[in-house]
Amino acid sequence: MPAIVSAKDVTKVYEGGFEALKGVSLDIQEGEILALLGPNGAGKTTLISVICGMVSPSGGKIEVGGHDILTDFRAARRLIGLVPQEINLEPFEKVMNTVRFSRGLFGKPKDEALLEKILRSLSLWDKKDNRIMELSGGMKRRVLIAKALSHEPRVLFLDEPTAGVDVELRKDMWEIVEGLRQDGVTIILTTHYIEEAEAIADRVGVITGGEILLVRRKDELIQQMGKKELRIDLSASLEAVPDALGGYELRLEDEGQTLVYQYDTSGERTGITGLLSDLAKAGITLKDVSTRQSSLEEIFVGLVGEGS
Amino acid sequence: MNWQAIKAIYVFEMARFFRTLMQSFLSPVLSTSLYFVVFGTAIGSRIQEVDGVSYGAFIVPGLIMLSVMTQATANASFGIYFPKFIGTIYELLSAPISFLEIVIGYVGAAATKALFIGVVILVTANFFVDLPVAHPVAMVAFLVLTCFSFALLGFIIGIWAGNFEQLQLIPLLIITPLVFLGGSFYSISMLPPVWQTITMFNPVVYLISGFRWAFFDAADVPVGVSLLAIGLFTLICVGIIGWIFKTGWRIKP
Repeated sequence: MPAIVSAKDVTKVYEGGFEALKGVSLDIQEGEILALLGPNGAGKTTLISVICGMVSPSGGKIEVGGHDILTDFRAARRLIGLVPQEINLEPFEKVMNTVRFSRGLFGKPKDEALLEKILRSLSLWDKKDNRIMELSGGMKRRVLIAKALSHEPRVLFLDEPTAGVDVELRKDMWEIVEGLRQDGVTIILTTHYIEEAEAIADRVGVITGGEILLVRRKDELIQQMGKKELRIDLSASLEAVPDALGGYELRLEDEGQTLVYQYDTSGERTGITGLLSDLAKAGITLKDVSTRQSSLEEIFVGLVGEGS
Repeated sequence: MNWQAIKAIYVFEMARFFRTLMQSFLSPVLSTSLYFVVFGTAIGSRIQEVDGVSYGAFIVPGLIMLSVMTQATANASFGIYFPKFIGTIYELLSAPISFLEIVIGYVGAAATKALFIGVVILVTANFFVDLPVAHPVAMVAFLVLTCFSFALLGFIIGIWAGNFEQLQLIPLLIITPLVFLGGSFYSISMLPPVWQTITMFNPVVYLISGFRWAFFDAADVPVGVSLLAIGLFTLICVGIIGWIFKTGWRIKP
C-alpha cells in the first residue's frame, strides 16, 4: 500500500544558517498513528510545518496522497488537518464561526450538520455560541481540533496536543485520537511525552538534531531495543556478588537482598538458565524471581544519548 | 480559484466590521459633521468660492478621500497583521489557497469597509451642502479604485509590521500628512508657485484632484494624469505584494 505521506531527503536551513532538518525521509501509512518523539528543538515542529505549508523546505520532496506539496499544493493540503502546538485562536470570535471559517478556507461548502457532529463529538456543541475567550484551556484545544477536522481531512497532524494539559485532559485527548483513528483518519503526533507515544501510537519515529534516528512499530521497538531485567530476591542477603558468578553482569540492590541481571531479549541466548543453575551450585537460595521490560522512555533516552 | 476560501475570508473580516457597526458608522458621520461645522460654517463662511464652488462643497471630495484612504489602509493592515500577531496565520498558510486568493479576501473586505464609510460621508455631506456630481461614473470609479489601491497598501503595511507601533507608523507619519497636504481643504492654485511645484510630488494630489473633477468638472491636474497616477500606484502595490508572496517575506520562513 503506498504511503499517504511520503517525505524524501527533506532539508530545512533557516536564515542565519540553522539546519533544522538534515535530510529527513519518512513514509506514513494510511490509518496509522505515528508518534514523532524527540527532545525540544529536535525538528519535530519544523517537519510538520514543512509538510503542512507553513515553512518552505530547502530541499527534498514531500507527497501527501500522491500529490506534491509544492507543485500540487491544493490537492495535498485538502487532505491535511493541522492542530498547532500553540493555542492560536481569535479570542473575540464565536466557536461555531471560527470552525465554519476553517471549513470555508479549505474550499468546502457549508455543512452545518457535519460541523454539529464534530462539535458534539468533542463535547463542544453547548459552547458553540461562546466566544473563544470564555473557554478553558482544554476547551480551546478541542476547538483547534474541531477546526482541523472541519474539512474532513484524511491526515491529521497534532503538534504536541497535550503539552501543558492536566492528566485528565490528556487521557481525554487520547480517547479523541483513538476515535479519529477508528474513523479512518491517519494521525501524526509530535510529543516529548514518552508515555503518550507508548499509550496511543502504532509506530514511533525518533527524531533528534534534525535527523530521524529510527521509525519502528512501538512493540517491535520495545522488543528489539528493549532490555529486560531479571530480579532475584534472595533468602539471605549478600555482601558482594560471589566470584563464581563473575561471568554474569550482575548487580546487588536492596542492601544485598536482590540480585539484578540485565539481558537482551533480541540475543540468541539470554543466559538465564545458566545463571539459575550457577546460583544453585553456589548455594544461594532464592525467595522470588520477577522480570521487568524497559520502558520506551529508557529506550528513548538511550537512543537520543547515542545520537548526540 | 478557491472562491469558497475567498468568501470565507471576506465574510469573516466583514463580521468583524459588523460587530462594531455603530462605531464604524457613527465615527465617520460625527467627524464629517464636525469638519462641516468647523471648516464649512465657521471658517468657510469667510472664504470665497474656490473654482466656482462654495467652500463647504469644495472640501467634500477631500474629506471623503481622507477617510477612505486612512480607513482602507487601517482595515487591510489590521486584517492581515492580527492573524500574524495572534498566530492564526498558520491556518491561511496551511489551507489550499493561493496568495492571490488571500489578498482578494482581505483587500476586498477592507475596500468594502472603506467604500461603506465613503458613502456614509457622501450622504452626510448632502445634509450640509448642495453637492452636484458632474461625472457620476467617474466618481464611483475613483472612489472604488482608491479604496482598493489603499487597501493594497494597507495589506503591505500589515505584512511588514512587526508590532502595533509599526502598524500605526506609516498611516500616521506618511498617509495623513500627504492627504492633508494633497489639497483636501484647498486648491493647489491657492499656493505660492514654489509650493505648487513641491506639491506635485505628492501622489495624493492626483487622486483628490481627479475625484474632485468627478464632482465639479474642475481639477488641479488633468483627469487623465490622475487616472494614470492611481493606476500606477495600484500597479506598484500589486507588484510589491507579488514579490512578498513569491519570497514569503515576513510570513513564511
